[in-house]
Amino acid sequence: MTTRQVGEPVQRREDPRLLTGNGRYLDDLGLGALQAAFVRSPHAHARIVDIDIDDAWELDGVEAVYTWEDLDGRVGEPLPVLIPHPALTHPRTGYCLAKSEVNHVGEAVVMVVARDRYVAEDACGRIQVTYETLKPVVGLENARAAERLVHDDAPGNVAANLLQEVGDVDTAMAAAPNTLTLELEIERSACMPMEGKGVYARWDADDASLRLYSSTQTSTGVRAAVAAKLEMPLAKVEVVTPDVGGGFGVKIMHPWPEEVLVPWAARRLGRDVKWTEDRREHFVSSAHERGQLQEVTVGFDDDGRLLALDVRFWHDNGAYTPYGIIVPIITATQLLGPYKPGAYRVEFWSLYTNTVLVTPYRGAGRPQGCYAMERTMDAIAAHLGLDRTEVRSRNFIQPDEMPYDHGLMFQDGRPLKYDSGDFPASLAKLKDLVGWDDFAAYREQAAREGRKVGLGIGCYVEGTGVGPYEGGHVQVETNGRVNVATGLTTQGQGHQTVLAQIVADQLGVRLEDVHVTTGDTRRMAYAVGTFASRGAVMSGNAVALAAKVVRDKALRIAADALEVSPDDLEITDGVISVKGAPGTSIDLKTIAVMSNPLRYAFDTAAQAATQFSGAFDPDKPPVADDDEPGLEGQDFYSPTQATFANGMHAAVVETDPVTAEIRILRYCVIHDCGVMVNPMIVEGQVHGGVAQGVGGALYERMVYDEGGQLLNASFMDFLVPYASEVPHVETDHLETPSPLNPLGLKGAGEAGTIPVTAVIASAVEDAEGFPIRSMPISPAELWELRRQHSSVPAALEGAS
Amino acid sequence: MTDAATEQKLDITLTVNGVRRTASAPARRLLSDFLRHDLGLTGTHVGCEHGVCGACTVLLDGEPARACLVFAVTAQAHEITTVEGIGNDPANLSPVQQAFAECHALQCGFCTPGFVTTITAYLDENPRPTPEEAREAISGNLCRCTGYQNIVKAVVRASEIVREREEETR
Amino acid sequence: MKPAPFVHHAPRTLEEAVAVLGDVGHDGKVLAGGQSLIPLLSMRLASPAHLVDVNGVAGLDTVEVADTHVRVGALVRHAGLERHEGAAAALPLLRQAVRNVAHPAIRTRGTTVGSIAHADPSGEMPAVTVLTDGVVEAAGPRGRREIAAADFFTGPLETTLAEDELVVAVRFGRLPAGTRTGFVESARRSGDYALAGVALAVGLDGEVVTSARASFVSVTPVPDVLDLGPALAGRSARDLPLDDVVELVRSHVDPESDIHAPADYRRMLAAELTRRVLTTTTTPTEGAA
Repeated sequence: MTTRQVGEPVQRREDPRLLTGNGRYLDDLGLGALQAAFVRSPHAHARIVDIDIDDAWELDGVEAVYTWEDLDGRVGEPLPVLIPHPALTHPRTGYCLAKSEVNHVGEAVVMVVARDRYVAEDACGRIQVTYETLKPVVGLENARAAERLVHDDAPGNVAANLLQEVGDVDTAMAAAPNTLTLELEIERSACMPMEGKGVYARWDADDASLRLYSSTQTSTGVRAAVAAKLEMPLAKVEVVTPDVGGGFGVKIMHPWPEEVLVPWAARRLGRDVKWTEDRREHFVSSAHERGQLQEVTVGFDDDGRLLALDVRFWHDNGAYTPYGIIVPIITATQLLGPYKPGAYRVEFWSLYTNTVLVTPYRGAGRPQGCYAMERTMDAIAAHLGLDRTEVRSRNFIQPDEMPYDHGLMFQDGRPLKYDSGDFPASLAKLKDLVGWDDFAAYREQAAREGRKVGLGIGCYVEGTGVGPYEGGHVQVETNGRVNVATGLTTQGQGHQTVLAQIVADQLGVRLEDVHVTTGDTRRMAYAVGTFASRGAVMSGNAVALAAKVVRDKALRIAADALEVSPDDLEITDGVISVKGAPGTSIDLKTIAVMSNPLRYAFDTAAQAATQFSGAFDPDKPPVADDDEPGLEGQDFYSPTQATFANGMHAAVVETDPVTAEIRILRYCVIHDCGVMVNPMIVEGQVHGGVAQGVGGALYERMVYDEGGQLLNASFMDFLVPYASEVPHVETDHLETPSPLNPLGLKGAGEAGTIPVTAVIASAVEDAEGFPIRSMPISPAELWELRRQHSSVPAALEGAS
Repeated sequence: MTDAATEQKLDITLTVNGVRRTASAPARRLLSDFLRHDLGLTGTHVGCEHGVCGACTVLLDGEPARACLVFAVTAQAHEITTVEGIGNDPANLSPVQQAFAECHALQCGFCTPGFVTTITAYLDENPRPTPEEAREAISGNLCRCTGYQNIVKAVVRASEIVREREEETR
Repeated sequence: MKPAPFVHHAPRTLEEAVAVLGDVGHDGKVLAGGQSLIPLLSMRLASPAHLVDVNGVAGLDTVEVADTHVRVGALVRHAGLERHEGAAAALPLLRQAVRNVAHPAIRTRGTTVGSIAHADPSGEMPAVTVLTDGVVEAAGPRGRREIAAADFFTGPLETTLAEDELVVAVRFGRLPAGTRTGFVESARRSGDYALAGVALAVGLDGEVVTSARASFVSVTPVPDVLDLGPALAGRSARDLPLDDVVELVRSHVDPESDIHAPADYRRMLAAELTRRVLTTTTTPTEGAA
């Protein structure tokens, strides 16, 4: 019996290639292609008066210079609103190249195509754009005040306003013995994958077809968007996703203007064209996320149990809303975490500002929601003088209450209904891991040494694996090689390994014989994309279903050949044998030969399937009416709703009594994503998520000035943490299988990021003894807060 | 500013991974672009082009250097080692590469070549690092996927693999 | 993010370098390590028509240790200085400071002299230059000259070096026997430009302080020396008036606010770092010169 692959920490199949310089990322393709560069708006809000491109044309090596006026057909129309919603009453999207107005610094105005990127940038430098500047709207306070508008026809700068209420909040609040109100703030950060975006288009003039490579999180999405914009038959557009150097959300937007313009230019010029986003472009023309102002009012009893929760928040959606209001909807719903809120009302306003647009970034609104809820939990504990875990514990949804329906609509338009989870068990594990009950003694010891330490906690629930569907295609070749395809794309999650593990188990073949392709529309034309922690759940189950189709067919053919019942057969390491009689067997690859009746034999193995081999019944058609040639199959997984993963984190921080520098001494994670296909990969996802969370809590923010200039559009000043800033993460797992899908999986990709801001705020607050209401927090800001609270305790004065 | 129309091209000869390579490029060609686009060695990745992320780190006379902060023309007198020079065969990984695979020290793989070059040079100087030293050694390279923990582990593991291989060949 | 075109000059001798700088210096830049210059070029924040690439110039890559000074040539990389045992023994402050410059992969290319000529207030080595009464050796069409550190730095990124001059070497003055030195800085991330930093030299006679001087990183517009001697001379290392030192530093430094920290915070940080480095430096067995 072969080793079961699912559950094993097997080494990744993709690594040897990536480790030896044999990866193929977008810019590694198309050597010799023309290169594009863009003139981007230097102003946050302006009308375009004139564009003078004459000097650019004079440069040797410049092949094309395009402005909006050159964009023909649908390419010149506004970009699509991808996810409309009834509450999104004033959706606005930009153009591929700005038409008459720019709404953020970095918006593309002119496209240059040249011999190489150096010359393209030279040409950009020679283009004169005359602007009439308008006063910009920067920051949520200004957007809310609405003294100026981003879009003249979007009153109040409001893109969307949505209210959901479960129960009667006003009555429950009025009756609550205790109430608190918290005003909270969380600032912008961004995905910042190490590889920026990129697009490479090959136009085949003879075939009037397009092959497009994009560093994207959705190849099928890009394909459909580009075919629509370029008014091409879908069958003439193929999109291939090469190796992708990280996504974290920003590469799910489709189409990005460049994804339309590059193939459009390639078709127009009849030449290969490539655009590789540089880091500065990524800062000012890709997407950001996180910025919200929140106001939480909570009513609770004397034991800390929630009676009513009333949340209002203002979400900065930047200049445009192509991705709709997914992020604030997630904040509004996932804010509840593992708790029963009593009566719940949440209302948000999604507001325009003259800044880079906002689309999901790992966590996608959940970090903000978790922050609001967990700050509230800590405030309740402080108000009542209770242990913070005790308050949380009293509000937990209990395991026997699962499935638990919150009565709200989730981001997939379906009920917010938790399928499973054991929150008390998770909390018990976390307290154990971090040593919650011993911390008071540790704090006292530290204080005696003149040190300030604090302990923080945060809990979250994450809806993962949203639909609508993903597909899997599994094919067994006559040499035993198993080709697996799924349509969603890979940005480092190890799909080539994880999906192979699943297929190896389902089909009964060796892992090394399974080869997985992702994100290639030539191999799988129906797919949605990689986001919402859905890769393993959706494609994992899809390839499992497809493998079962192939297995069933193989067993049926083998049963005929061996003259036994399919039920008596098993497949192990690619060999089909009779259970209990391993001598009676047939290779899976032989079944592959037999499944495809041939006229011609190109190798010895295939001879068995040719017409004179005697293998076929002359009275039946070679392929039965209800059958298809080939040992392959396809199936799709489409769930009724999301499956809900959960986790709890705790951190110990130390704050310097004088300089207010903040150091994370310990970081502990309890993580429950159901069945783990590859625990090593899950662990890696958690580590990476926590690191991004730490960045968002202590280091990263987008700093705009009043004029809408991004002041820190470089890795010098936007502080992505190095190894020196990221703590060692201690993890423990709970596996509460999802009852919703055959494999029992829940998503794991975003989890690590979600609670970190809440946890660090909690820990710093615990160390300092005054409330933390704005994140991220820098040493200088903490130092300033100390001055405001005059909080250096007498006991620590001596140390300073 | 010089007019690009008349920009002079130079024959630039570098020793890359032990092989002398020549290509024609203007003086402003960054070493990172020269390696990738003129010599086709795309293993060296470009993540920021201002010297902070470290994805483009190559070894210049055996010492790590940012290829985006060196002009190819300046590098002419020097020996360049890229990730391909450390190990280009997926079936025959270098100790650092093998350690990365064993420890799951990469996810998307984009920053990885810069880590592999940096760590390879580091271990030459410091064959037995502690985890703390390993963490410090990688603190000049950005990774957005792994949280660094498994890279730290891989540095220590790579030092073991070096010794294991030395013992095997003894 | 690609540099604009330029004419590349690759002199092989100092004389050639000086000659070409004389011709193009008004519209050119010297390229040595390039670790600060090339990002500026790639972002097109600077686009000189000429680059005088001195990396091939013979004779500029040596560290010489003399009785009175350590002389660092224009092509000595930070990493080379950091490794140089003779320099570290003669003037420990050099190694103490240079290992704070950016990250190792930057130090392998960046030159110590280049960072001094760049005169960034957040540079570590300019602070060391003034603290050691360093001398900048320059060469140009009008011949060679020596510029005392105090006369070299005139403002952020500004020096008295003429545009057709090249810094050939910097001589860091050795400190009297019995001097202890320390260097400490604080940055948001390891290797970032410091929010504040301090270089310190303390003369000790047994446990008694005889002299004390400090210079700063990122908190003064030009690197200069704060003489702490009046406050500390004659005091026992076991009983230093640290609060007085903190006040002296607070009134000496003049930091700017930026997105990472306001001026007030940097002032506090400079004072606190001075207090800490003074404490560690005067504790026995550390940083003896």
